Amino acid sequence: MAEITVLSALAGGALIGAAAALLLLKQNRVAGISGIAAGILPPWNSESKWRLCFLLGLFLSAPLYRLAGLQIPIRIDTPLPLLAVAGLLVGYGTRLGGGCTSGHGVCGIARLSVRSSVATLVFMLTAGVSVYLVRHFLAVF
Amino acid sequence: MAKFLYIFLFGLIFGLGLIVAQMTNPAKVLAFLDVAGDWDPSLALVMASALLVLGVSQRLAHAADPAELGLEQSPCDNPKAAIDSRLLIGAAIFGIGWGLSGICPGPAIVGLSSGLPGSYVFAGAMFGGFFLFKLLHRGR
Repeated sequence: MAEITVLSALAGGALIGAAAALLLLKQNRVAGISGIAAGILPPWNSESKWRLCFLLGLFLSAPLYRLAGLQIPIRIDTPLPLLAVAGLLVGYGTRLGGGCTSGHGVCGIARLSVRSSVATLVFMLTAGVSVYLVRHFLAVF
Repeated sequence: MAKFLYIFLFGLIFGLGLIVAQMTNPAKVLAFLDVAGDWDPSLALVMASALLVLGVSQRLAHAADPAELGLEQSPCDNPKAAIDSRLLIGAAIFGIGWGLSGICPGPAIVGLSSGLPGSYVFAGAMFGGFFLFKLLHRGR
């Protein structure tokens, strides 16, 4: 089995949960990243500005992390054309389904939403099946 | 202005969480999704930890001030809304894209400073997907 990174997983998850809790309890906004990101596209409205601020913080987290002298391991094995398809599916699918890993998987489940729990099960399942097909059946990469 | 500074900081904390948890590493995410391969269950712990912190925070806030967490005034959709085909099909499509790439929307934004071509191709296509949805489902 692969190396399990218990401490970093728990610490990272706690930070994600804390950020989502602060945004919800202090600003009454849900930390659903797909909705926040799609919300900065025109036409702009009164909700666009805070979304842009959140995304700016999200974006700058990596440069800040590197500034502290820490490494961010990123390995992308998926070929570029397939990444383009995947990005399109993630963008369209999260809007149609009304959420992603954060909105449904964390915020939705935390408030015991049946819809979000079902959505999370569905996207975990299709993600697992995709990985299985690509890696073990088609052996694309 | 203070409100926007706070929201910026919340975004920063969220991003640091994704980085620390290694959600920003597609290879790590795919290792979690690859149950039949060299399975890495770490990311299940990320989700459990996030849910615990958020869930407990919500309960504590609720106990202190029930009005603060009035779900009726909540900005999110009604949790008792029906499970319709849009939810199921949308989640299924998202899952396929996530499984092909190992990248979901949060890490896509964080990845914009990685310098890797793949990060930019994915993020560009994702915003293309957002835009496509706006075009196809105008007025919703």
